[in-house]
Amino acid sequence: MSRIGVFTCWCGENIARNVDVERVAAEVAKLPGVHCSVHTKYMCSDPGQALLREKIASEKLDAVIVASCSPHMHLRTFRKTAEAAGVNPYKVEMANIREQCSWVHHDRAAATAKAIDLIRIAAAKVNWNEPLEPIRVPVTKRVLVVGGGVAGIQAALDVAEAGYEVVLVEREPSIGGKMAGLSETFPTLDCSQCILTPRMVEAGQHPRIRLYTYSEVEEVNGFVGNFSVTVRRKARYVDISKCTGCGDCWNNCPMKKNPSEFDYGLGNRSAIYIPFPQAVPARPVIDRNNCTRLKKGKGCGLCEKKCQAGAINFNDEDKLVTEQVGAIVIATGYKLYSIGRQQDNGRMSGYGEYGYGEYKDVIDSLQFERLISASGPTSGRLLRPSDGREPKNVVFLSCVGSRDDAKGLPYCSKICCMYTAKHAMLYKHKVPDGQAHVFYMDIRAGGKNYEEFVRRAIEQDGARYYRGRVSKITEENGKLIVRGADTLAGVPVSIEADLVVLAAAILPAQGAKELARKMNVGYDEYGFLLESHPKLRPVETAAAGVFICGACQGPKDIPESVAQASAAASKVLVMFGHKEMTRSPEIARVDEKVCAACFTCVRTCPYHAIDKAEVRSRNGALLKRTARVNPGLCMGCGTCVAVCPSKSVDLSGFSEQQVYAEVEALV
Amino acid sequence: MEFGYYPGCALHGSSSDYEQSVRACLDLLDVRLRELNDWICCGATAAHCINHQLSQALPARNLALAERDGYKELLAPCPMCSMELIKTEQIVRGDADARQKLSQVIELPIEGTTNVLNLIQVFQRIGTERLKSLVKKPLEGIKAACYYGCLLTRPPEALRFDDCERPSSMETLVEALGASTVDWNYKTECCGAGLTMANEDTVLELSHKILKNAVAHGANCVVVACPMCHVNLDMKQEDIIRRYSVKHDMMIYYLSDLVGKALGLSDHELGVDRHFVYRG
Repeated sequence: MSRIGVFTCWCGENIARNVDVERVAAEVAKLPGVHCSVHTKYMCSDPGQALLREKIASEKLDAVIVASCSPHMHLRTFRKTAEAAGVNPYKVEMANIREQCSWVHHDRAAATAKAIDLIRIAAAKVNWNEPLEPIRVPVTKRVLVVGGGVAGIQAALDVAEAGYEVVLVEREPSIGGKMAGLSETFPTLDCSQCILTPRMVEAGQHPRIRLYTYSEVEEVNGFVGNFSVTVRRKARYVDISKCTGCGDCWNNCPMKKNPSEFDYGLGNRSAIYIPFPQAVPARPVIDRNNCTRLKKGKGCGLCEKKCQAGAINFNDEDKLVTEQVGAIVIATGYKLYSIGRQQDNGRMSGYGEYGYGEYKDVIDSLQFERLISASGPTSGRLLRPSDGREPKNVVFLSCVGSRDDAKGLPYCSKICCMYTAKHAMLYKHKVPDGQAHVFYMDIRAGGKNYEEFVRRAIEQDGARYYRGRVSKITEENGKLIVRGADTLAGVPVSIEADLVVLAAAILPAQGAKELARKMNVGYDEYGFLLESHPKLRPVETAAAGVFICGACQGPKDIPESVAQASAAASKVLVMFGHKEMTRSPEIARVDEKVCAACFTCVRTCPYHAIDKAEVRSRNGALLKRTARVNPGLCMGCGTCVAVCPSKSVDLSGFSEQQVYAEVEALV
Repeated sequence: MEFGYYPGCALHGSSSDYEQSVRACLDLLDVRLRELNDWICCGATAAHCINHQLSQALPARNLALAERDGYKELLAPCPMCSMELIKTEQIVRGDADARQKLSQVIELPIEGTTNVLNLIQVFQRIGTERLKSLVKKPLEGIKAACYYGCLLTRPPEALRFDDCERPSSMETLVEALGASTVDWNYKTECCGAGLTMANEDTVLELSHKILKNAVAHGANCVVVACPMCHVNLDMKQEDIIRRYSVKHDMMIYYLSDLVGKALGLSDHELGVDRHFVYRG
């Protein structure tokens, strides 16, 4: 039996108001194993902790119960103090007599009795507590960053600058993400490419960043500090070590009429292409579905003939490479809600009434960015897609798919109010005799200089704002008839527009969910990745060693994405600051002698932390099969303990014996 | 083929031409209509403005009668009626409490087993192939603007019929009869409906816009499947002339008129000659 010390806390008035602390201390002194029982005003204060140290020494305690607040609040504090005084930290228990007692009860006598019960339970448990040692795992000091948009680039550069190696994986042929395609950015109207491309080049040339573009994460194995990641490098048909990026291939490619992904279909590219002139790496890929040679297996080959570096390789194949990393940052970004009738989620019905996809001059906001971008398909002149004329009346619709639980998504996409104001402003700068009209629900312009920016669009650039929704867009004689409501004036509005821009809602990028599943990261019903605490652990996830940043976590603008990326990088650096990592030893363990190898636990473990293993004799003969817990992955949730039919799994620190003892103490 | 038949107030009153057309046309197609014995008003716009329970009880009684008489499927050619019946049917089927309460109010047992159809769905059931094979006089020269109005497709979550903003089911049928259809913009806009009594100005404005758009897109007639739409687009053309000095002179057909004409029925047999705008 342990020599237990019980320390009951007043928490000022918080506990003492409804619990007779002195009586509690006197009563629990009689419990078996309790050698000393004291009470004090604030256990977490310096004098309180000094009392703990002093009693541990004077009473030769080897187990401690602190009866105060929730273990979430101060268990770590008291464990540290006890450890400093020579008691194993896992021999420290807390009885929560504040949140679960004094705060929720008003009957003082009953609350006092309950507090005594709670401490009796803790005492029964602590008698069975084993001293445990933290698990130490070595850390591979390299990080994988998935997604090469502005968030991924920022995270990669931060970690690389701190002196660690980075593997940056990007699905597209170039890094840069959505931001590389934007025209100018709010609220300063600085050119998006001008601020991003130097960072892209930096990332591309950094000696500690290994860049895999046109590549995807195929498989993730291992655990925090020790991940093994398989990356699929898609066949590019161009040897980027030989290629000089001269452009002879794409300039001579005869297959020039393929809709450009980078211009969202508003411009064309050749079959061998770089997505945009500032691409990093500035090396082309061949789109195998539109290349004559790759489709037919013979013919054309013009690019190969023209390439002086001999970089074209029509026999290229996908390659798998494996990288060892200690941490992972996911920065996979977003895509736009598809406005038309085609929806990937049956719950959403789209906006057939807006004619997106049917009328050429109804476009989405990212397409508009390309139309006004100097690097866009019209070289920065605003010309509408149908007939190339300059639009004199442009209608912007915000909240297309956002805040609409009936047809789209219930949440606010956060950035649309701001970029729509920016669009209206840039439009006026490009077409001074034109008129911008904006339909909105509310203007959400929280942020530094944001509200002022929207006011500028209205007051200086004369954008007309209508609070209301648009019910229908139709085309008549080359004009788009936009009918909606101005709910402030209480009148229906009909505008003859030349161009309509729809601010579509933001969704997580294609494939984000599948990626998250590979890494045991959670996601919400829309596929946005889940942080482990919305306020205090915003870039951590449920999977240890995997961090998230940018729009994969929720709709975000550039400054926020960048801030979050640096936060994720700093969390990685905190990990890399230690020689090895320590993990809580309160994890599951399998009694391999008893295990019947049914592997129910393997199938039920939410963290994939249990492996099928074999026990072999010294000369290698198979003795038996068994389940085995990977201490690097186990989170100590206890699911395996509950499902094991042969009761051969147990949780250190929360053994069945301990739980039975707690129950017995109560009944 | 046989359906229970719920005419609703309009088809026995102001829109008897619609009933004449539906009956003549379906008769020729061997579709038997069994009129519900003792049916009452569906409640239309009035009931749900006044009393929620009333607006469910009125259609519920009609549904209960259909169950009593063993009609699995019930044709309601008026979209207001079919919408009210379908909405109530879904409530009765999905909510045991509501079912019990409504049953008490109407003093009849009700299960919610009746499938309510609109006129387009009946023609779909007959099938475009069969219709094509029966056409005697292909509708050459007809350029129809198919007009669904507000209720044939809405509310979409209740009706689950065609695309609510860009429907095309009527076009498919009309084209099968040899006519051509036009792509236009006012397919699912409101004609003003019941405001025709209380606020005629609104109805004239809306109906004028609809007709103007149909003309602008090259239509020489409008096809409807709703008695209220027919009243506003057909009867009000005289008033539109007075108000806007524009003479649309547009023939407004019920969907069954066009089917009937293609199958060889005369305008007189279909009641088309009773329309306000009629060119023989």
